[in-house]
Amino acid sequence: MFDCTDPSQLSGLSWLMCYLTTGKHLSLYISVGTVLLLLAITAPTALLFGFGGASAARSRIPPLRWIGKGYIAVVRGVPDIAFFLFFVIALDQAFEWLRHKWKCPDWSEPIRQGSDFIVCAEAKLPLGTAPQWVHETYGFFVAVLTFAIVFGAFAANVLYGAMRAVPRAQIETAEAYGLSPRQTFWRILVPQMWVFALPGLSNLWMVLIKATPLLFLLGIEDIVYWARELGSAKTPRFTDYPHGDWRMWYFLALLIFYLAFTRVSEIVLDRIMGRLTRGQATLAGEAQRKAAA
Amino acid sequence: MSCTQTIMDYGLRSVGIGERLLPRTDFTLCQQFTLIGSGMIWNIYFGVVALSFGFFLATAVAMGKASHNRLIRKSSEWFIFVFRGSPLFIQFFFAYFCFLALKPVAPFFDVLSSAWLGALIVLFLNTAAYSGEIFYGALQSVPKGDMEAADAYGLSGWPRFRRITWPTMLRLAWPAYTNEAIFLFQSTTLVFFSGFPAWQQRGDALYYASYFADKTFNPFVPYPILAGYFIMLTLVIISIFGLINRRLNRHLPSDRRQRLKMRMNVIR
Repeated sequence: MFDCTDPSQLSGLSWLMCYLTTGKHLSLYISVGTVLLLLAITAPTALLFGFGGASAARSRIPPLRWIGKGYIAVVRGVPDIAFFLFFVIALDQAFEWLRHKWKCPDWSEPIRQGSDFIVCAEAKLPLGTAPQWVHETYGFFVAVLTFAIVFGAFAANVLYGAMRAVPRAQIETAEAYGLSPRQTFWRILVPQMWVFALPGLSNLWMVLIKATPLLFLLGIEDIVYWARELGSAKTPRFTDYPHGDWRMWYFLALLIFYLAFTRVSEIVLDRIMGRLTRGQATLAGEAQRKAAA
Repeated sequence: MSCTQTIMDYGLRSVGIGERLLPRTDFTLCQQFTLIGSGMIWNIYFGVVALSFGFFLATAVAMGKASHNRLIRKSSEWFIFVFRGSPLFIQFFFAYFCFLALKPVAPFFDVLSSAWLGALIVLFLNTAAYSGEIFYGALQSVPKGDMEAADAYGLSGWPRFRRITWPTMLRLAWPAYTNEAIFLFQSTTLVFFSGFPAWQQRGDALYYASYFADKTFNPFVPYPILAGYFIMLTLVIISIFGLINRRLNRHLPSDRRQRLKMRMNVIR
């Protein structure tokens, strides 16, 4: 389409087209994929964590209940960016420590020596000899786990509230039919709680989208990293496409990207909510019925 | 070095008073507590100033969104959409680089590219948008009877707004607004991670916490300290807002009063 062999001869639109398709820009576009991948993996994982947390918080066994409630309570009141920064190091060290115990049982020196954290070479994660992509994948994996833990706690809170919102009469009816607590939970409570959980969960989804730039703080080469990298002033010595400080424009583009993303999500979630409220005995359901009639 | 000495040296380090150099080796618990606590000054400064100015803009935005004038309504809606629909982190970055780019235009923008003002403006606009949406929701649910009663008493225009609409709106919005305040304080920790430089290492609590975590490679001490400080701050906010809540609800029979509950909210 455009001949990009000699950028210094180009001008106007063709220069811009060539500029926007350099190798580094392709990395930027790929990192948008990373963000989407993060969302696609984190959302179900966090939901799973949340479900576990909420069920634990309702448990009849006290220690399990304390763990569930503690998990929900601990994310309140503390900035989650602190959790992100904390978990990335803590998880990494926890994995290495476990592998260290397992692989090098006869290691005698202490693991914490002053300000160093030392495990044997075989326990390093990833191994020092591993190729670059393993390091990157491992970093991404730790980031996903961190997101899932933090957002799992939020989801646990939403689901816990939703479980309590299921009408009491439903549970009592189930008991009257002789269902065991386990059967009541799986056959009555869980199928009915989703309508109550959806507003909270869709809010959470929006928050999750808006939390994705924090990947940058976890050391992933994400869109924020590339926007800073590509936008900074370039001299003709180092690149074929010299330009001034364009970071402002790159971040404007990111801003618009996120605005569009949240807007589309909002529209889709509204549709889903509309679909779920159809025929429900709620105010919204009643309004729908009246509008149709 | 005794702990009192450390507090003397580092207690106000984040605002540039006291010892110039940060501790480099042999970190004591006392140093970590003192420096992270010193950083909280910034978090409190950002939170308090942004909230108190944001409150007024939020009221204006909520009124604007409920306005009959199409232009005012649309611009309020767009303001809320832009600040609520995008991550605060990106807003910080964009604002910082925007101020940097404007620097050669006027010396005025020089001040804006430093954290104490530039980040404050972003936080101010951001909280105004979030609370504006909360206030708008509350404004929509002001009971019709209250307005009719105001009409019956011959109140209209400004007196009606000041004495009936606004207090009722605040009363209805207060629990949600408390949450917004808590989360505004938490998002102040993003400031020094988003472009705005911590001049002479004068940073906020999280800045110092991550400094210690990087130096000692041990996250298990500084982050729980930070968490402790923030939980205390949250409790203080809840009790202050609870007092205001009590005053806003004082005319209601006690069983109809809304109690402030600490609820899960969200980051941005």
